[in-house]
Amino acid sequence: MQAIEFKNVSFSYGSEDGRSEVLKNFSLTIKQGSFVALLGRNGSGKSTCAKLINGLLIPNEGTVTVFGMSTAEKDNLFEIRKRAGMVFQNPDNQQIASIVEDDVAFGPENIGLDREEIKKRIDFALKVTGTEGFRDSQVARLSGGQKQRVAIAGAIAISPDILILDESTSMLDPKGRQEVMHVVRTLNKEKGMTVIDITHYMDEAVEADEVLILGDGVVKAQGSPDEIFAKKDIIAECGLELPRSAKIAESLKKAGLPLGDGILTKESLSERLCELLRKI
Amino acid sequence: MLSDVTFGQYYPSNSFVHKLDPRTKILLLIAYIVMIFVAQNFFGLALSLLFLAVAVIFSGVPFTSILKSIKGIIFLVVFTALLNILFYAPKEGDTHLFWIIYLEGLFSAGFLALRLVSLVMGSSLLTLTTTPVSLTDGIESLLSPLKLIKFPVHDLALIMSIALRSIPTLANETERIINAQKARGADFDSGNIISRAKALIPVLIPLLISAFRRGDELGDAMDARCYSGSKVRTKYKKLTFGVRDLVAFLIVCALIAGVILFNIYGAQLWALIASLWS
Repeated sequence: MQAIEFKNVSFSYGSEDGRSEVLKNFSLTIKQGSFVALLGRNGSGKSTCAKLINGLLIPNEGTVTVFGMSTAEKDNLFEIRKRAGMVFQNPDNQQIASIVEDDVAFGPENIGLDREEIKKRIDFALKVTGTEGFRDSQVARLSGGQKQRVAIAGAIAISPDILILDESTSMLDPKGRQEVMHVVRTLNKEKGMTVIDITHYMDEAVEADEVLILGDGVVKAQGSPDEIFAKKDIIAECGLELPRSAKIAESLKKAGLPLGDGILTKESLSERLCELLRKI
Repeated sequence: MLSDVTFGQYYPSNSFVHKLDPRTKILLLIAYIVMIFVAQNFFGLALSLLFLAVAVIFSGVPFTSILKSIKGIIFLVVFTALLNILFYAPKEGDTHLFWIIYLEGLFSAGFLALRLVSLVMGSSLLTLTTTPVSLTDGIESLLSPLKLIKFPVHDLALIMSIALRSIPTLANETERIINAQKARGADFDSGNIISRAKALIPVLIPLLISAFRRGDELGDAMDARCYSGSKVRTKYKKLTFGVRDLVAFLIVCALIAGVILFNIYGAQLWALIASLWS
């Protein structure tokens, strides 16, 4: 069974005619255990997509199913939200309690677990996100990266199979972003969690198994990072840019260095450069 | 400037009073207030104050913090006392001092002032020794019998705790908006009260709008974390009464009995002291 399936989904905010649709006849499947990066310019429907998955929004047409459960069925929503956790952009707008431990407990309390189980879940969530040290701290006193890791802890304390990050790193500094991405990678590789990362950072997208580019309400391109970032015309058309290392490689190639294609990360760039040096 | 704003005035410590169950502390405060109002003479009031003094010593909170709490009501206390002195309705056998001032009037004014002051000092001891979070938990638990008449106690408590946790966020936001308006030439520090109040409108409106926007997003975040009202919800932190709560309750019961005894035998006690004096 696919983790997430969009079938001919159309969605527009507000019901009046003449409004432009955010998603048009949109279809997509996401495999269990994969790490998917969702790219696209502002207003391309990325966040809408995320909110359609856990039933915060319901499609006007078509169906969204999570592990076979349709989000259109009200009775499914509780189960769907248990299995698809979501972390939002602004850490300040998703915090419920003043103290870290209480905030992480909110989800497990909502699904009616008993005390012992909640404690286990909190221990696990705090450990994975590396926030054990803040257990009794006030959330307001933490840094952005720390707050966002607490938010992730709050989401995974429900022990979801899918973790949706809706631009969760966009308000963080580079260090905070690294902290959060490290946690997310661990969850994906070691716990087998399906991760959907909506982001503006190409360097984040490079690390995904699969990259999806959204534009004009449809999927413009889908494939591995190597395939996607080779399609420079689509990247430009959708208002995106290449990862930093790829940009450097491009300029070096223009300057005459025979670097070859497919450079996306710092590592591959330095490797090619070293090879080149050895040949000289 | 505004980011220093915290609700209440919690004084962190690990004392006996801090460790008491918040429910105990709320109930004790109520009992203490009852004691103050039941007491009809200085003996009863002295006993209540003695209780407060002992509680303060056990709490490890410096007396100056307790005294600071009176600052805000000092005007009210003086004003009420003055009215009491000036408008005292003399009874037969009262001692007339001068003009319209009677000795009994002075006593009654002093008594009232002492009552007000002890009231505020007692309440501030509660907020000094209890975090807002556990105060909310305590109130929720104490109100839980109201669930029988379908009163949404749980939702009320959740609203309270979200309100508490939003204070630092909104304080930061206010500061940001003020800075943004200042950067555009807004002037908050000059002019009379009315023009200063007017200058705050361009701060309040964006603040209100942003609060709504945040509220909207918070609602989504709560939904995403499976919030569905109090039907299936369990509670992680359970409040438990301990031996120390029992001890505290027993002491207060004894004190209330003491105050009542003083009320009944106050006159005799005065007489006794007077005879010992002479």
